Amino acid sequence: MSGSIQDTFFEECEELLEATDEGLTAIEGGNHDPEVVNAVFRAVHSIKGGAGAFGLDELVAFAHRFETVFDEVRANRLELEPKLIQLLLRSSDHLCDLVATARDGGETDEAHHNMLIAALDEYIPEEEEDLTFEPMGLGAPGGFAPAAIDIPAAPTEETYRIRFHPMKEMYGTGNEPFFLFQALKELGELEIKLDDTELPGFDAIDVAESYLAWDLVLTSTEPRDKIEAVFEFVEGLCELSIEGDGDAEADAAALEALNAAFGVAPSAEDGDAAPAPFDQPAPAPAADAGPAPAVDASADKAPAPKADTAKAEQRGGPKPTLRVELERVDRLINAVGELIINHSMLAQQIANLDVADMRDVETELEGFKNLARDIQEGVMSIRAQPVKPLFQRMARIVREASSATGKTCKLVTEGENTEVDKTVIERLSDPLTHILRNAVDHGIEKPEDRESAGKGKVGEIKLTASHRSGSVCIEIKDDGAGVNRPRVKQIAIDKGLIPENAELTDSEIDNLLFLPGFSTAKEVSNLSGRGVGMDVVKNAVTGLGGRINISSAPGKGSTFTIILPLTLAVMDGMVVSVADQTMVVPITSIVETMRGSDDMINNLGADGTLLSIRGNFVPVCDVAGALGLEKQDDQPPGVYLLVETETGQRSALAVDDIHDQRQVVIKSLDGVCGEIAGVAAATILGDGKIAMILDPESIIAASPSAAAFDTERRMNNAVAS
Amino acid sequence: MKTKVLAIDDSRTIRNLLAATLEEAGFEYHCAVDGREGVDMYPEVAPDVVITDINMPNLDGFGVIEELRGEGINSKVPILVLTTESAADMKARARNAGATGWITKPFDDASLIFALKRVTGAAA
Repeated sequence: MSGSIQDTFFEECEELLEATDEGLTAIEGGNHDPEVVNAVFRAVHSIKGGAGAFGLDELVAFAHRFETVFDEVRANRLELEPKLIQLLLRSSDHLCDLVATARDGGETDEAHHNMLIAALDEYIPEEEEDLTFEPMGLGAPGGFAPAAIDIPAAPTEETYRIRFHPMKEMYGTGNEPFFLFQALKELGELEIKLDDTELPGFDAIDVAESYLAWDLVLTSTEPRDKIEAVFEFVEGLCELSIEGDGDAEADAAALEALNAAFGVAPSAEDGDAAPAPFDQPAPAPAADAGPAPAVDASADKAPAPKADTAKAEQRGGPKPTLRVELERVDRLINAVGELIINHSMLAQQIANLDVADMRDVETELEGFKNLARDIQEGVMSIRAQPVKPLFQRMARIVREASSATGKTCKLVTEGENTEVDKTVIERLSDPLTHILRNAVDHGIEKPEDRESAGKGKVGEIKLTASHRSGSVCIEIKDDGAGVNRPRVKQIAIDKGLIPENAELTDSEIDNLLFLPGFSTAKEVSNLSGRGVGMDVVKNAVTGLGGRINISSAPGKGSTFTIILPLTLAVMDGMVVSVADQTMVVPITSIVETMRGSDDMINNLGADGTLLSIRGNFVPVCDVAGALGLEKQDDQPPGVYLLVETETGQRSALAVDDIHDQRQVVIKSLDGVCGEIAGVAAATILGDGKIAMILDPESIIAASPSAAAFDTERRMNNAVAS
Repeated sequence: MKTKVLAIDDSRTIRNLLAATLEEAGFEYHCAVDGREGVDMYPEVAPDVVITDINMPNLDGFGVIEELRGEGINSKVPILVLTTESAADMKARARNAGATGWITKPFDDASLIFALKRVTGAAA
């Protein structure tokens, strides 16, 4: 089987698993609409169908059980009660695992697998329990109960006399005797003799009636079942007899098996044929009635799919989509990045030209710039995906974490259609998982504790995504106990992370959680990981150019806020000069800018300086100093960029001058040089020069002023309290 | 002239499998992603044979057969149903709606071609 088709299958599985999860979540939320149930059934069914094609037997067997239970629900023979819904959710999770195992290798938890199978089997009525999925190729049609047919192993030539008399119903199904004969011909020598003796006089002919029959003689080395297989589609629609050389006994057995398989014989219940799923009585035994009983039985059920159909027609279909390889999009993004750089260069060179009236050129250039931006936004939006699948996976994390800790929690999601860059979504999965596990493990209280605190037994974790002024905001809010600040502080002191006499604000204590190696669990639990703390989460978020913040209210819960850039490729930056170097500061981190004057500066201790802004003091951070650059002259910094850190602290970055504000293309420094404190990435400017993109956070962290200012403030706090 | 197949299945995997097998075997392959699209495409494609899945959104396989065989289109072309169920009940129901035959999933190349041969005579 071609690898690419299998790739498609796994890609499609992802979508189908999402659909399953989405449907089940809706069902869990009380939406038992038949269309929702149908959608889940279809998704699981499609997974089974595809998996069968690739011989993924374990997946097929499990999907089949899952689907069968859902079929019971669909037929209103099973009620969607909470216990069943929980089982279905866990089965959906397991189905995910099985798909992942089939794709990536590895092993699934066998005990869990067997436990789920046993649990699902309890919902499957006994007559449906023959769940051996028949890999029924048409070469050996399952309908024929092959066990009853004794096939000689050696290919000996045999002569078969075949009598074939179609009923008039056969012609309504699009079956043509001629094509059947053609297929027979490929099995051996075929003599065809038409029997038109039943044909009445010309006047008496009823065009809808079937008068013709054929007597065929086939000499073939093929086994008998191959010949029967040719007539598979017309079983019950014709009178058919196939007589081999002698062996009348085998004929009778085969015919009986054939009839049994097709539900026309009285022994239908004992036969190997799969039972009728609709609880319909076995069709009455009638040797010459043909398909009539089956017709009546299914006619009763016919309105059901019609109703579905009508409903489906009312809904608007999904918007047409185009599947494109990610690589092609990324090539385009790169090209757009180059285009933006190219524009900058062009603009610069035109500005350098000594031309008197450049208004026309500038207008055109402005148009160029706007178009480039439109293209860039358009391309970015191709990479953007809704966070919905990510959020859906998180529901599972919360479920698993809840059952592991014996707590009851539910995840409420909002803003699922918020679109975020694909890479961001992929790399957000681990941090989110960690935060959510932490929320369940440490945030949400045990049910009895919640009750005594006057809260509902079920803890709620709310996961929200939204766009906020050029950034994406992901918020994880729990209604648990909030950060236990005295304990957090004590742990930080015990671990030597802060000095014993440290005076910290509430927010500072909360942010201690992000320090490396911090773990508040009394015992290291399996759940939140071992030694892996929130610092890893923070690194992952900052690695995406984002920020994470925590706020907490004792007894009411905690909120983690993650702010991420919309894209990883282009950003708005302020071009500044520092010690004769051109650098870029991300606009998103700048609160305001101001020209400095001497009377605004206050010295603090040996190294520190403070900037007085409208009566407030903020520490000044000398960018050149922090980066270890030597200034050519002794000019005081001309401009201050007021920036705000994650914790809400403000600092003023001192730079020499501001040149421009523009879009810059982010070029990663990975692989070019190691990590440089204070530098996040690089970009290419209009003049073709490389400029570093600064990371204000780490510059401030390295600045002596900020540290001195902190100490000062704490001392003041100590005095005040 | 190539035998024209219209395949209707909501599963991309199955469509790809069908396409690979049928095109290699020399059939002209057209496909639709659900029953509604399949019925809509039918007049334009004018296939020699239709292969349709049963469980699909926006008109299921039974609906496809009913509409194709119904008075509006009144198609006489062979219709093969793709089904994972080998249950006699499912076949009877499809046949009652006017299906010509069935292909049980998972199918292999030989059984697919054999099924097509029996309903179209195509020696592809």
